[in-house]
Amino acid sequence: MSIEQDTAGAGRPESIRAVPVRHPGRWIAAAIVVVIAVAIVHSIASNPRFEWSVVGHYLFDERVLEGLRVTIELTVIAMAIGIVLGILLAVMRLSPNPLVSGGSWLYIWFLRATPVLVQLLFWYNIAALYPKIDLGIPFGPAFIHADANSLITPFTAAILALGLNEGAYMAEIVRAGIISVPEGQSDAARSLGMTRLQTMRLIVLPQAMRVIIPPTGNETISMLKTSSLASVIVVGELLYAAQNIYSVNFKTIQLLIVASIWYMVCTSLLYVGQYYLERYYGRGAAREQELTPLQRLRLIALPSRDAGAR
Amino acid sequence: MTGEPMVRAEGVRKSFGRLEVLKGIDLEVAPGDVMCLLGPSGSGKSTFLRCVNHLEKINGGRLSVDGELVGYRAAGDTLHELREGEIARKRAEIGMVFQHFNLFANMTALENVTCAPIRVKRLGREAARARARAMLARVGLADKLDDYPAQLSGGQQQRVAIARALAMEPKLMLFDEPTSALDPELVGDVLGAMKQLASEGMTMMVVTHEIGFAREVADSVVFMDDGVVVEAGPPAEVLGNPREERTRAFLSKVL
Ligand SMILES: Nc1ncnc2c1ncn2[C@@H]1O[C@H](COP(=O)(O)OP(=O)(O)O)[C@@H](O)[C@H]1O
Ligand SMILES: [Mg+2]
Repeated sequence: MSIEQDTAGAGRPESIRAVPVRHPGRWIAAAIVVVIAVAIVHSIASNPRFEWSVVGHYLFDERVLEGLRVTIELTVIAMAIGIVLGILLAVMRLSPNPLVSGGSWLYIWFLRATPVLVQLLFWYNIAALYPKIDLGIPFGPAFIHADANSLITPFTAAILALGLNEGAYMAEIVRAGIISVPEGQSDAARSLGMTRLQTMRLIVLPQAMRVIIPPTGNETISMLKTSSLASVIVVGELLYAAQNIYSVNFKTIQLLIVASIWYMVCTSLLYVGQYYLERYYGRGAAREQELTPLQRLRLIALPSRDAGAR
Repeated sequence: MTGEPMVRAEGVRKSFGRLEVLKGIDLEVAPGDVMCLLGPSGSGKSTFLRCVNHLEKINGGRLSVDGELVGYRAAGDTLHELREGEIARKRAEIGMVFQHFNLFANMTALENVTCAPIRVKRLGREAARARARAMLARVGLADKLDDYPAQLSGGQQQRVAIARALAMEPKLMLFDEPTSALDPELVGDVLGAMKQLASEGMTMMVVTHEIGFAREVADSVVFMDDGVVVEAGPPAEVLGNPREERTRAFLSKVL
């Protein structure tokens, strides 16, 4: 058998006409899903106790928006600390020096072995252990003296707890990414005269990104929600703001819905960001890159212009 | 510089843990010469090439490139280990081509070739691009500049790898089985690029099973087995009329 090449456009074989296989099972499953979905939507919409007007009223309440701002700030700063720390710990973990890699291992183990809520409470109460904090040379002179209670506000305690904890998880993610890059890549880089650091920064880490980005996206989404634990130590984030309001007006469910809506909005935005980041770092991995949904939309809307540009 | 060999190995030893892979290698490559290394799999050919480039550290003997020890500086009778930066600078003068190409997967062909000149040699971006275009044209890939490695055939990837090494203007090129991972019909293009390079006077050490190439291009052929040099000499002797039984047995298998 031979497959005819159709380069000249002549002799195009006719497209196949056949009766497709029927899938009655799929139709039944789809019908069940639709019925359940309609039932859920109906019950939510018709149950007056949801009080959707109250939800709408508080959705853009100043206190809620301020809480949202704090949640985003917590998430961004804690993730930034986590990523930087994670890269550092991962590179340390792969160091040939056993003290360096052992130190990294110990850190990762320690922070993964205790619940983050406990760590949060620890940092919040750090003043009990270290009432005064000195920054300076270990066992030598200190440059900054501070009172722990004024230095470690609830917000900084939350940042420290969430960021340092995230570092331990990010370290494992980054390490998996680095290990996934074939050794031949660093051989080639070093044979061209690159130092270890250049090899890591220019060749290994950019390729490791393809493996690192998806779980980091998950971590960010999870951090957005984990940051709500900070409400326990009176950080004025989204959940705390909602609790504050319903403790006065008792519209508990409505305010929890308000908070949930904002969490869902942020998570959805993170989904989009993750999609484009993955695409960017996927360059060179596949022979052809898929079009983004936006590009596909444009192709449908303006088919002639794009076809001309190709 | 006259009379000084480009590569000189004297009793080079290398072990991985308790496994001794190189058991005292002696050889010399004169500037402008092409040396082909033959030998069965596991005989230590790749390890030796990696030692020349200091990708592996030798455990004994002396190894020098262009009159300078690899990895050490001799001050009187004592040897001082070189710093990482100094080692990197010396590696930059030696090009290496690998069996599995090892092109940077996150870069286009052009970026693969410009990366090291820009980052290591501090060459300007435009100058590096111009040089890279010339190098890629030389290996017949002027129209593949913006392709990623995954979009290239094996033979094209290997020729980009050769251009990448050449863009650093090396004084010595090491080839580790450059055609072993290629489909038979793609081998010729890569060997062609290497032949041209040899004719331009590049000093080359080539690990290969392409006996035809060795016969045609090599100035000397070294047959290695089990970490030692079994036989060395001009191709006509080693390939045409081998003295050692082990060489004969090996040649009858690959020919
Ligand atoms: N990094 C390494 N660690 C341990 N053993 C190695 C390493 N590299 C090579 N070897 C061993 O050294 C021997 C020679 O390998 P190699 O130099 O690759 O041979 P060749 O290239 O001639 O096939 C083999 O037994 C191989 O398993
Ligand atoms: Mg080998």
